[in-house]
Amino acid sequence: MSEEVDPSRRQFLTAATMATGAIGVAFAIAPFIASWKPSVRAKALGAPVEVDISKLDAGAMMTVQWRKQPIWIVHRTKEMLDRLPANDARLKDPKSDNLDQQPDYAHNEQRSRKPEFLVLVGTCTHLGCLPKQRFAVGVGEGGPEWPGGWFCVCHGSRFDMAGRVFQGSPAAMNLRVPPYDFISDTKILVGADQAPKKGAA
Amino acid sequence: MATATPGAAGTKGGRWAAFVSWIDARLPISEFWRSQASEYYAPKNFNFWYYFGSLALLVLVIQLVTGIFLTMNYKPSEAEAFGSVEYIMREVEWGWLIRYIHSTGASAFFIVVYLHMVRALLYGSYKNPRELLWIIGMLIYVSLMAEAFFGYVLPWGNMSFWGAQVIVSLFGAIPGIGPDLVEWIRGDYSISDITLNRFFALHVAALPLVLILLVVVHVTALHEVGSNNPDGVEIKKHKDSKGRPLDGIPFHPYYTYKDLVGVGVFLVLFCGVIFFAPTLGGLFLEHPNFEPANALNTPEHIAPVWYFTPYYAILRAVPDKLTGAALMGAAVLLFFFLPWLDRSPVKSIRYRGWLFKTFLGAFIVAFIGLGYLGLQPAQGSYVLAARVLAVVYFAFFLLMPWYTRVDKTKPVPDRVTYHG
Repeated sequence: MSEEVDPSRRQFLTAATMATGAIGVAFAIAPFIASWKPSVRAKALGAPVEVDISKLDAGAMMTVQWRKQPIWIVHRTKEMLDRLPANDARLKDPKSDNLDQQPDYAHNEQRSRKPEFLVLVGTCTHLGCLPKQRFAVGVGEGGPEWPGGWFCVCHGSRFDMAGRVFQGSPAAMNLRVPPYDFISDTKILVGADQAPKKGAA
Repeated sequence: MATATPGAAGTKGGRWAAFVSWIDARLPISEFWRSQASEYYAPKNFNFWYYFGSLALLVLVIQLVTGIFLTMNYKPSEAEAFGSVEYIMREVEWGWLIRYIHSTGASAFFIVVYLHMVRALLYGSYKNPRELLWIIGMLIYVSLMAEAFFGYVLPWGNMSFWGAQVIVSLFGAIPGIGPDLVEWIRGDYSISDITLNRFFALHVAALPLVLILLVVVHVTALHEVGSNNPDGVEIKKHKDSKGRPLDGIPFHPYYTYKDLVGVGVFLVLFCGVIFFAPTLGGLFLEHPNFEPANALNTPEHIAPVWYFTPYYAILRAVPDKLTGAALMGAAVLLFFFLPWLDRSPVKSIRYRGWLFKTFLGAFIVAFIGLGYLGLQPAQGSYVLAARVLAVVYFAFFLLMPWYTRVDKTKPVPDRVTYHG
């Protein structure tokens, strides 16, 4: 047997050992990384919620919680809806082209299933504060041109009555429309794209 | 390593010496003490600015000890966290003192660390051969920011909650993976019990370990290259026949005793805040945090604690989420590159020209100014001022290769001096 050392053999074995070890470490890390994802319980608590909107007057807004996030349901008046098209020129995404921000059935001018009922996740798309309700036209932080909507006091983002973000806001995206469906004319299911068929629930 | 000579021990120093040599044969404590303290030579011309390294170490110990005791009564759950902090404040014997030491300690930590960093800027302590020492120090600073943020969330006041919401949302600005990353950090669809629990684990276990490790590495690197000094000259260039730097004095007893004076003055001020103004007018403990977390009510005015406000002001100065977050990150990251941005042949401000002095002065004014603006609402002239100061802030770093090269420097003395 030769006494000489073959360095290239040694190098290969060292590299192979290190590579095998690195793969092992990567596999060992995976469960720890995955443990940070929402747990089964967190997902279960994030199940859809049923909301009764029979007492929601025209022009008013109610807040419910789904997945611990505030969900706004607004009963828009005809005047509120009529003012929407005029905002288009001042918005970042007037046609809601960012498809992540609403389901397909809300990809329209009013961003809703039924024009008068708007459902939004009430979390600013900038850094997650709760924008304040500013429905009155022509007053407040937005100045005399203000067409009504929401104003975020944290960093000054502004949204119109369809949750679309105005130019000059630090937020880049429109407020998100969560998945929702009408169970009946007075009941909304927030958190699912389709309400279970009548009688089944 | 010191070798034990059992025969000599009995004659030389009696039982104590015998005991020490018994240990030394098994663990090199004498050797360690000599190399790190009694025969570790530091420049003899240290001034006021050289107190803050040892003070940072002191605050670290204070935070570790008070933190351990707080953990004994704190409950990291959505339902109990706020109440358990009130319990510590009102019902645990001396709990109020332990908690106020810890909350004041957080701000004190940043005060001494910022002054420690100003010292490095003044005397060019980040320059060759101390680049790695500086980078390790910056890693400590970044870890400290994370540690402070997680700690701030734990009382589960309304500012804790919304502060966490805003800071975690910042990661959502990263293109592509942003939204998934935010959900992964929270472990839930919004900041919740799960988030609080993991932030607690990071605050009391993971980050303290990282910090202690980094501090050990920082001091090891410092003792390898040796301290810089207000003249920015290398004392190792001139040694006596025994190889000791002519301008060096043993760290112990000279600087251990000097630092004790600093510790005394520091503790007087520290206790003054703890006993007479623990919230410091809402600066050290913010008023909205005395209300429990409420997921349906954002405080009217959100601002982080003072030590983050310079970066927060930069974030708010930009009317775009991604750019704002990127600039905020860049404002911290640029510090890491200082050793290579600075092209000056001299280290200390004593021998630099007016250009560097102007830029450094403007930078410090901008940093403090942004810190003030970050506490104010993001409106009109405040945003405008923040934009101007942000430009000054970045100019300090980005123009540094230019102004440090063309700046007129004075001749640096061969040995350390005693002016200033």
